[in-house]
Amino acid sequence: MAAFVAHELVKRYGATVALGGVSLEVGEGELVGLLGPNGAGKSTLVKIGCGLVRASEGHADVCGAPAGSKEARASLGYLAELFRFPGWLTAGEVLKLHQDLVGSTRGTAERKELLSLVGLGEVGERRVDAMSKGMQQRLGIAQALVGSPRLLMLDEPTSALDPAGRRAVRDILEEVRARGISVLLNSHLLSEVELVCDRVIILLAGEIVAEGTPQDLTAARGVEIETDSGSRRWDEAGRDDIPALVAQLVAEGAHIYGVRTSKPTLEEVYLEAVRGEMG
Amino acid sequence: MNATRVVATFTFKECARRRVFIVVPITTVAFLSLYALGNHYAFRSIGGSVAGPMGQVDARTLAGATLVGLSMFVTLFLGSALGIFLSFSAVRGDAEQGVLQPLVVRPVARTGLLLGRFLGACTLSIGYVSFLYLASVAITGATGGWWPQRLLSPLFHLAGGVTIVIALTLLGSVFLSALTNGIVMFMLYGAGLLAGLFGQLGGVLRSSALESTGKVVSWALPFEALYQSGLNSLTASATGVTRVIVQLGPLGGAQPGGPLLVLWSLAYLVLVGGLALFAFARRDL
Ligand SMILES: Nc1ncnc2c1ncn2[C@@H]1O[C@H](COP(=O)(O)OP(=O)(O)OP(=O)(O)O)[C@@H](O)[C@H]1O
Ligand SMILES: [Mg+2]
Repeated sequence: MAAFVAHELVKRYGATVALGGVSLEVGEGELVGLLGPNGAGKSTLVKIGCGLVRASEGHADVCGAPAGSKEARASLGYLAELFRFPGWLTAGEVLKLHQDLVGSTRGTAERKELLSLVGLGEVGERRVDAMSKGMQQRLGIAQALVGSPRLLMLDEPTSALDPAGRRAVRDILEEVRARGISVLLNSHLLSEVELVCDRVIILLAGEIVAEGTPQDLTAARGVEIETDSGSRRWDEAGRDDIPALVAQLVAEGAHIYGVRTSKPTLEEVYLEAVRGEMG
Repeated sequence: MNATRVVATFTFKECARRRVFIVVPITTVAFLSLYALGNHYAFRSIGGSVAGPMGQVDARTLAGATLVGLSMFVTLFLGSALGIFLSFSAVRGDAEQGVLQPLVVRPVARTGLLLGRFLGACTLSIGYVSFLYLASVAITGATGGWWPQRLLSPLFHLAGGVTIVIALTLLGSVFLSALTNGIVMFMLYGAGLLAGLFGQLGGVLRSSALESTGKVVSWALPFEALYQSGLNSLTASATGVTRVIVQLGPLGGAQPGGPLLVLWSLAYLVLVGGLALFAFARRDL
């Protein structure tokens, strides 16, 4: 069963259409990255999944239960884009509070494990208002993992993290995937997404404009062949077309000195997908 | 129910932990000291009964009831202020800060979260009001030897008043940001107070229009009607001219509420609470 299914989700805020009929799926154990420019509707989609926001039309399911229902919320962990834990609680107490709310009985062991997973093992007793923003974000990730959810919804979990912290989150995501937990990850960090995600979805103005594995999206496109009469380009051709192209050129009597396929980066694919909108 | 308990406990902890709440004991001590001083001078200056314009007035009853009435006024204000501060940012304010979302996403009912807030704030505010009221009564009793004949009835009325203020604040918090809600609640509180004064003034001036304006507003904001009824029960045993004078009260007249007021207050609570729960359940966060 898919961990998250969105079916024709529409969300309107007054005249603003945040989502214009989005359908997508996050399979079991799959790590899906959601990309898109500011205001594309990424957070809105995740909030509908968490039951924070009501869809105007369409519906979403989390592990088979309607998004927002108690069963759905019991199966997910969420880290909001903008969040704050009460400053007067210690890191350990934040986790304890969430254990209480989710009904986790794993007590101190779970708290210790999660704190050390996010690299806060030493500061479990520190109050939130004495923690840096990045430490709070790490705590947020630990909070999302309380109660061993089957689906994680992370809305820009690395926005405040230092490079080592980002790296640590990538490791955590690998670890999470190894445990079979599904993840929907919102991010602006293309390199990060490219490295960890099984699949990438690009959202633009509330619509999906591109979707696929990072490999598919960045698959070689365009062939460049160097001949004695200069170099020629076939933009639409791919790797599979090379033998035929070469054979044809040779038949035409050309001398061939080199063949190259060009492989776009995820950034190029992304920018191409959202071009126009960005001016 | 689990969520309700967790959130209510959370409210207590917040009070205990945050430095802001050191202020409350300090102001309380200041208020009670001032009150004791006032009692001391008031009772020292009186003897037996005084001849008023309308006949004999029992000066001890007059002084005692007036002093306790004054302290009830302050007690309701402080208790309400505490209640307002504990709940004014419960929904929208907390959501704007990003404090609420991580909690709401947990598999607990939104109803339970809001009820927890309500119970936490009520327990603390009513506890505080009880302490202030009983301390004032004890100070007046010890200093002047005057005790209200019905000790608990005024307290119940005060507690009811604070409960209604908290329910209204929580309802406001669903729609208004923290600062706006706080301001609106204090304005409503002021409006209730004004209604009490209107009623009193109307009685003195024999203006039935003014009096009924006061009455309508104080029932629309029943914490005021409850306060008036509490004041009234304070002096239930006084007789004659003393009762008349005491009933005019220092701040807002004492008006008997009767069983209808209790029923109305309960219905009001259910209505306001129901509306808050309904609106919160449908709100995008
Ligand atoms: N509470 C709200 N009221 C009105 N409009 C909103 C609200 N929340 C979001 N929007 C609008 O919905 C659209 C999508 O917003 P959303 O937050 O989902 O974007 P996003 O993709 O997460 O952007 P970002 O990368 O900046 O986080 C935007 O046009 C935004 O202005
Ligand atoms: Mg966003």
